[in-house]
Amino acid sequence: MKITYPHMGLLTIALAGFFQDIGLEVVPPPPITKKTVNLGALHSPEFACLPLKINVGNFIEALETGADTIIMAGGTGPCRFGCYAQVQREILRDLGCRFEMIILEPPQGNWQGLFRQLKRLRGNCSPKMLALAGLNLWRKLKAMERLHKKSLKVRAREINKGDTTKAYNKGLGMLAEIKDPQAIPQVLRDGLGLLEEVPKDSNSQPLRIGLVGEIYTLLEPFANLRIEELLGDRGVEVECSAYISDWIIEHLVLNTLRLPAGLAVKKAAAPYLNCFVGGHGRETVGDTVRYARRGFDGVIHVLPFTCTPEIVAQSILPVVSRREGIPFLSVSLDEQSGEAGLITRLEAFLDLLAEKSKKNFQLSRKKSLFGKIGSNAGKWR
Amino acid sequence: MGIRVGIPRALLYYRYYPAWKTFFNALQAEVVLSPETNKEILDAGVRLAVEEACLPVKIYLGHLACLRDRGADLIFVPRVVAVEEKKYFCPKILGLPEIARCSVPGLPELLTVEVNMRKKARKVISCLKKAAAVFDCRPGTAEKAIRAASKAQKRYGLAMSRGGLTPADYLNGVQSAANNHRRLKVGVLGHAYNIYDLFLSMNIIGKLKDLGAEVITTEMLSFEAVRAGQECFSKESFWTFGHELLGAAGYFHKKGIIEGLVLVASFGCGPDSLICELVERYYRRRQEIPVLLITLDEHTGEAGVVTRLEAFVDMLQWRRQTL
Repeated sequence: MKITYPHMGLLTIALAGFFQDIGLEVVPPPPITKKTVNLGALHSPEFACLPLKINVGNFIEALETGADTIIMAGGTGPCRFGCYAQVQREILRDLGCRFEMIILEPPQGNWQGLFRQLKRLRGNCSPKMLALAGLNLWRKLKAMERLHKKSLKVRAREINKGDTTKAYNKGLGMLAEIKDPQAIPQVLRDGLGLLEEVPKDSNSQPLRIGLVGEIYTLLEPFANLRIEELLGDRGVEVECSAYISDWIIEHLVLNTLRLPAGLAVKKAAAPYLNCFVGGHGRETVGDTVRYARRGFDGVIHVLPFTCTPEIVAQSILPVVSRREGIPFLSVSLDEQSGEAGLITRLEAFLDLLAEKSKKNFQLSRKKSLFGKIGSNAGKWR
Repeated sequence: MGIRVGIPRALLYYRYYPAWKTFFNALQAEVVLSPETNKEILDAGVRLAVEEACLPVKIYLGHLACLRDRGADLIFVPRVVAVEEKKYFCPKILGLPEIARCSVPGLPELLTVEVNMRKKARKVISCLKKAAAVFDCRPGTAEKAIRAASKAQKRYGLAMSRGGLTPADYLNGVQSAANNHRRLKVGVLGHAYNIYDLFLSMNIIGKLKDLGAEVITTEMLSFEAVRAGQECFSKESFWTFGHELLGAAGYFHKKGIIEGLVLVASFGCGPDSLICELVERYYRRRQEIPVLLITLDEHTGEAGVVTRLEAFVDMLQWRRQTL
């Protein structure tokens, strides 16, 4: 059994180590390239969202390099993701690929199905080994995310363009290669040190932008055309609203135990959208509100073209933007998105923000201009 | 008459209008229904919505604007999350009241009722009672209205599943379907608000009938038939519409009751992009029944649709003669 799985930002690196730890043979999907996306788009339904297409490309390339078993997550809706695995299996089958697919469906009260699938994966590794591998995965993931957060801050202030990215990639590489979990803290310190050594302009006051939106396009740099780097290179400090470790805590731990999760975001979103709309629609609205209240200069909303929950959020964001006083830019992405077009839009947006923040500086921020929030939630405008 | 309640003739209207009308009438309210979709409504909706929204949502917003201009006191915009356990409606229907408020300026107060059968049925009833309280009726009227509405909805469902009527037939007062058994049998599957809106779908069903086909839709199948048909596919869909579409497609194929299948989806519809793909691949592998997929958006031209339907029916006739 040679296992493969789809790409998703930093998770890809951590997962490879996890499967090796539990004694499985892994064929990681080759890095995403334009060819991957084209392959996926060619064989996927026209209006499927970008993550599905990239996944299909990943699977085709991984099967070509020798994988024979695909691991994929399921879902319970109403986001389309819950239907991905079934559609992808049909696509690959019609292409004549030989493979098996292990779909990990959320239990919904019935744990047997999930356990049966997990058992197939577990093979002959002991529960202790499994727990250790899981812990490793978690610690590696957390370390990489810390490195990522630090890199976003450093890149906005670097003097020589590209230094941060180089240091960050080197740090990630060091973390990926760790075999002994005891070494993680030390390697993390080294990685952070590399970023610390990047020559910086410590006096700069960069624009601050929050990234909100659908989680895959937020986390997978290839899908969002490396928007964080594009912004960082222009001296903007970016904060990303979603990290996979938060998602794991929220969806795999708290929701399974039926504990409340993500309360702060829900509360922030409540005056605008007080119900679940699938995917990350509510989080997008809530995070935008929170960035506004933390004094960010702007928010960029990324979503795959035709993403239904994000379109709900997109319909609401103009009102959030007006009442919270935060400019936003919606970037919808598909296989046709090009970097040049995105750069033009980003630069125009940054121009606006720079102009606005200067004004705000002179006038001092007058948030009260936009009215009181929540007092008449039933009647907007 | 009492309060004027506006109901947009779009989206879930095609599924639940008999129940809604009975409910509000029992509460002594006057129901103001927006007119059938027309060019003006479509244009208003396209202007109001974010450009990525799907056509039915754009049209819904157009209807809201129309009701606003007609001076309804209240507009009924329900939040229908789920009508079955473990199923959902589309996210846009979940967030409909918010989309409406944020997109259409100057709306009167919206009457929103949350229907979520994933929670306890008691909760839904208490939501309905809360909505009924707006109308200031004598105690007990709300319960009566809910009972009457559920009866009306049942009658509506039976007229379709037993009488072979489409929702459009029933809502327009047609009593019985005239079926000629020598005609071509064509299945038409799609969301009710797409295929029964004459303007949006450019009357695909009427055109097929004119071309000599007998049309079969999901509504004409029983609950059990849909369930049985769904088993042809590996995972039960978590969307109510998706479940019905997959179930009907599977059932049609298993029983061999149709000679051709027309799938109707709107441009950029999230759920249908995957559900229609599953149906298409299922039919294509077995190579017994031809499938035609029509995607609708505000730019769709009628002539193109007519050409495709005529070609499809011609092909079905030819198959019947040669096979």
